[in-house]
Amino acid sequence: MSEAAVSHYLAEYEQFRDTLTAPWFAQPRAAALDFLRTNGFPSRRTEQWKYTDVTPITRKKFTVGRSAPAAVDDAFVDSLRFSRLDCHELVFINGSFSAALSRNEPLPEGVAVQPLQSVKPDDALLLDSCFVDGEIKNAFSALNTAFVNDGVLIHVPDNTEVAIPIHIIYISGQADATLMSNPRNLVALGRNAGASVIESFAGIPDTEYLTNNHTAILGRAGSRLDYYSIQQESQRAYHIGNTRIRQQADSRVDCHTLSLGGKLARSDIDVELDEPGAEVKLNGLYLTNNRQHVDNHTLVEHKQPHTTSHEHFRGVMNGHSRAVFNGKVIVHEQAQKTEAHQSNANLLLSGNAEVDTKPELEIYADDVKCSHGATVGQLDENMLFYLRSRGVDEHTARSLLTYAFAEEIIRDIRFPEIRERLEHSIAGELPDTDLIEEFVK
Amino acid sequence: MLTINNLKVGIGNKQILKGLDLTVNTGEVHAIMGPNGSGKSTLANVLAGRDNYEVMSGTVEYDGRDLFELAPEERAREGIFLAFQYPVEIPGVNNIYLLKAALNGIRKHQGKGALDAVEFLQVVREKMKLVKMDESLLNRSVNEGFSGGEKKRNEIFQMAVLDPRLAILDETDSGLDIDALKTVAEGVNSLRNESRSIVLVTHYQRLLNYIVPDYVHVLSDGKIIRSGSRELAVELEEKGYDWVRQEARAA
Repeated sequence: MSEAAVSHYLAEYEQFRDTLTAPWFAQPRAAALDFLRTNGFPSRRTEQWKYTDVTPITRKKFTVGRSAPAAVDDAFVDSLRFSRLDCHELVFINGSFSAALSRNEPLPEGVAVQPLQSVKPDDALLLDSCFVDGEIKNAFSALNTAFVNDGVLIHVPDNTEVAIPIHIIYISGQADATLMSNPRNLVALGRNAGASVIESFAGIPDTEYLTNNHTAILGRAGSRLDYYSIQQESQRAYHIGNTRIRQQADSRVDCHTLSLGGKLARSDIDVELDEPGAEVKLNGLYLTNNRQHVDNHTLVEHKQPHTTSHEHFRGVMNGHSRAVFNGKVIVHEQAQKTEAHQSNANLLLSGNAEVDTKPELEIYADDVKCSHGATVGQLDENMLFYLRSRGVDEHTARSLLTYAFAEEIIRDIRFPEIRERLEHSIAGELPDTDLIEEFVK
Repeated sequence: MLTINNLKVGIGNKQILKGLDLTVNTGEVHAIMGPNGSGKSTLANVLAGRDNYEVMSGTVEYDGRDLFELAPEERAREGIFLAFQYPVEIPGVNNIYLLKAALNGIRKHQGKGALDAVEFLQVVREKMKLVKMDESLLNRSVNEGFSGGEKKRNEIFQMAVLDPRLAILDETDSGLDIDALKTVAEGVNSLRNESRSIVLVTHYQRLLNYIVPDYVHVLSDGKIIRSGSRELAVELEEKGYDWVRQEARAA
């Protein structure tokens, strides 16, 4: 199965190569194709993919869109924007930048926010920032490197704060084709720079496609990034997300990932805390139903002393859905005074839903504060009884507690408009939330 | 208002209430006292409808209706209120939204219209004074991070807003220092009236110095073994539960 898929993508690449407009990628592309040829796609014998079978993806043979993307309904695009929050917005349809749908807000001097296609090959920014992330992690990052043709470059110079969020919207899906897109987003914050970046992934309802995204983040000393990834792909779509975060001294990244859509979604977040004082917060929420499969893999490497990570993932599983959480934390030998906390809590709403959760801690330093915990359970009977004893009927009480469990992950988001939108999205995915309107607003 | 007849209740294989009789008339305040493990909290929870108990036999009539036919939420809407011994923390559920939904649910059941935000806040402000509740607690998650005293106050505050006809206070005095106890007791006293019945479940007679009951019952080993006026509580305090248990055995 994997070999057939590899041949398909090699052939697809031959057809696609002439249309490539990002020539500086030539070297990595060749390496990526080699990787694909040699290693193929992961099977469940690969430890990292033990609980996630990618056969549904490999047998699909996705293609690169060759015609101009079909027009997307304005109302659909608008539904993805934050109506009451000014954002610098870049909109992509099936992986291709759409200037017409995008919106520019004024940015501070020296800040670059631009589609990859418009980045010149000799652009110092690109080369300077190790943007071309040559490391191939698996077949999907190879696929992304081989086929990447667009995405967003964000560069914030030293001591510069971008006050308004940068919102990247990927809309995918075409009725008459099974397309793939391989966006790559590169976010580099200079020293003491600050920015907020939101990636929204959405699909035309009922279309089947693959989004294979790669985002690389570099936070230089003293920088601060608020990063959101909101995955609301079509119910028939496949989503692979690779996020690599590298942080220098005293930098801070708050990373929020929401996995709501897709038939099969896999998200990898790899964080390297490379210098003292670097701090990362990873908040994640996954809500699954029907036969959805969602896999979150995180890796946090504490490489130097006084680095901090707080990781909190929650999931609510309904129907016959399945979730996987694998959180690995490595505290390297020299990384004394590390603080690393991880928790993963899961709520199973159905007897047919399933979750595999696995915290992995490797600690090679001896003066550290580390904790981890994983729970899987149903709603708390004492809470249910308390609510019912106050006159709240059982359905409403269940819905309310489920919503509250999920909502906790997004409660600290600092933009109210983003938080409210996500609250709304969460409510849309959970059962009976029409009953709890008066409790939540 | 409430008539309990030969009630036998168990949990798992263990029988806890072993034939309990109690009648509470409208407007009366009854104290149920007893040592640990006598079944006090079981009684309170069974009346409110907690479902991990098994009612083995006996009847409970509330306003002439079979109480066991009503779900916990229906009992609440019919005017039964349980102040929990251990109020539950519910992260993410806003205290004030819960209270508003609860009150409007009860009002709807009574055929009254829902209160709008302004009317509701008026009620809330007025009732908060009764238990000297800090307004900052209103917009927090239900009981989350509240001190022991704040949780108990919140229970009595909820009682004040929901205006029940039968209030069951389960060990409301436990864990309170004397000032908090007085505040809570004053709140309860201000809610005493001729149309509301109150059942106080307590281990110590201390609470009864501040909320003076019409009747005192001693619960021991799943049965009421003695009933009397408030003097019985004072006597209990002096002589201990063993005294009344021995008397009951002798009788």
